[in-house]
Amino acid sequence: MTIQTIAEAKKKVLAGDVTLRELVEGYKSQIEAENEEVNAYVYLNFDSAFEQADAIQKKVEKGEAGALVGAIMGIKDVICERGKPVTCASNILDGFESVYDATVIERLHAEDAILIGRLNMDEFAMGSTNEYSRYGAAKNPHDTTKVTGGSSGGSAAAVAAGMANATLGSDTGGSIRQPASYCGVVGLKPTYGRVSRYGLVAFASSFDSIGPFGHSVEDVATVLQTIAGFDERDNTCSSVEKDDYVVAAQSPKKNIKIGVPEALFGEGLDVEINTGIKEILNKLEADGAELVPIELPHSKYALATYYILATAEASSNLARFDGIRYGHRADKDQMLDELKAEEEALKQAVKSAEGDDLVSLQQELTKLDAPLTRLYKKSRTEGFGVEVKRRIMLGTYVLSAGYYDAYYGKAQRVRRLIKEDFTNAFKNVDVIVTPTAPTTAFGIGEKQNDPVQMYLNDIYTISANLAGICGISLPAGTHSNGLPYGIQFMADSFQESKLLNAARLVELLG
Amino acid sequence: MSVSEKEIRYVANLARLQLTEEDVENLALDMNKILGYMDLLNELDTTEIEPLEHVIEMDSRLRKDEAKPTISHEEALKNAPDADSDYFRVPKVIE
Repeated sequence: MTIQTIAEAKKKVLAGDVTLRELVEGYKSQIEAENEEVNAYVYLNFDSAFEQADAIQKKVEKGEAGALVGAIMGIKDVICERGKPVTCASNILDGFESVYDATVIERLHAEDAILIGRLNMDEFAMGSTNEYSRYGAAKNPHDTTKVTGGSSGGSAAAVAAGMANATLGSDTGGSIRQPASYCGVVGLKPTYGRVSRYGLVAFASSFDSIGPFGHSVEDVATVLQTIAGFDERDNTCSSVEKDDYVVAAQSPKKNIKIGVPEALFGEGLDVEINTGIKEILNKLEADGAELVPIELPHSKYALATYYILATAEASSNLARFDGIRYGHRADKDQMLDELKAEEEALKQAVKSAEGDDLVSLQQELTKLDAPLTRLYKKSRTEGFGVEVKRRIMLGTYVLSAGYYDAYYGKAQRVRRLIKEDFTNAFKNVDVIVTPTAPTTAFGIGEKQNDPVQMYLNDIYTISANLAGICGISLPAGTHSNGLPYGIQFMADSFQESKLLNAARLVELLG
Repeated sequence: MSVSEKEIRYVANLARLQLTEEDVENLALDMNKILGYMDLLNELDTTEIEPLEHVIEMDSRLRKDEAKPTISHEEALKNAPDADSDYFRVPKVIE
């Protein structure tokens, strides 16, 4: 299997060297060979892919093909596609089928991308490894004993294994850039509000962004060009005009100013990654870029701030999963039997109790769940996995009476300080460079017992989500352990062109 | 600050989750570890800082109050675990 970009595939399709049906056939055989091991796709529909191919082929013949002709794409299982299962890799959405298309899906179809399947992820996008999935972990195509990163692990792995030439993921704290780094592909998180989230199942609404993965900077620019822009169905979607992202990726300027936060290239960062990125920066400087030392004084607070705000928002967003209108519902008769047994047991205990015990037992009896409340509880308890429950609990705790100001209010204030750090830095530089992640991909199962250790993988990516700015990760090299690692650029809000420009310069170094 | 097992049970009820004794113990460990890490923020004096609620400038957009088709009644009920032809069905609420 040779890796082929959208740009290359498009050229061949338009020249008549290959038909779209043949192109889909090629990806189908690659998926049949690789997916069982890599576990990137959790749902595939080749019949639909061939139908799309035939319909678009007719447009090609009439000279009417769209910008994404030749794109064979998979979609993270958190973005709604009409008539297809949408589970967010959670048991609570078992059997759910979307009744509408997300705006990004409509836009991909409108430009003639072919959508072939849905991709693995951490449940509800909560995780940095893709291990928290009802479908089991997606595996790193470079070494299948290693994690893909997450939460968009399937989206990164599918591109890396040649099972799609582009995919969509979502990024709330690094969920596009970190797996892109671990899997050796390009991943872009757009500015908050750049891409419509209508049809994206919400995790943390003040952070969530949809963005593309691809083999090349130009390909992610082409997908971004298609999906970005105003949408009246998403009130947080901005009406700021789009740039020509493809041009930015094709003809980069060399004399850019790159901010280097020296403090982030130190403790905790793998030494080889550190050296590798510094070498790239030296080459960019030799080619005309200016390296500017900068400070982001509040970056050490980013992780704590993020995990307060994101879990708070998640606990609120995930309240909708109650087993009533869609998704998993606990067995009603079993639930009623359970309640009845609890009531009987309490009544029996009351009979033989005295004094304080009696009072507390009577209180328990009056506080016993109503059947509907118990149905919510049982459905949610059966449906959500361990990491999702942990975050719902944390989020509910930090929002609860007595703790709101100490945690949530505090974090919102620190978020402003972090945002101001970036605003100040971007007065003097076009982009800021950092590693994407502190290490290469680690072993499956290695970090599951310590949530704080797992959260630390997001240390370089999370600030962009807190500040609402855009970021990109692209391959920076191969570690002596054989695994790829990425370099990250961040640019100010709605400055995706600057990101693509800087990323293309790195790509040109080869 | 540290979270007690009693608080964990209280929060679980608010979050509409059922926890086993083992869950409560594990969550107490995890949450205390994570909340302990979050105490880092107390190094910063933020009394003069306004909370940040929106990361980008957002215009309040008004639209005409027009009725437009969304999804059909049938589609809205399609994914329901239990429904009749008109409504979602739930356990009896009023005795």
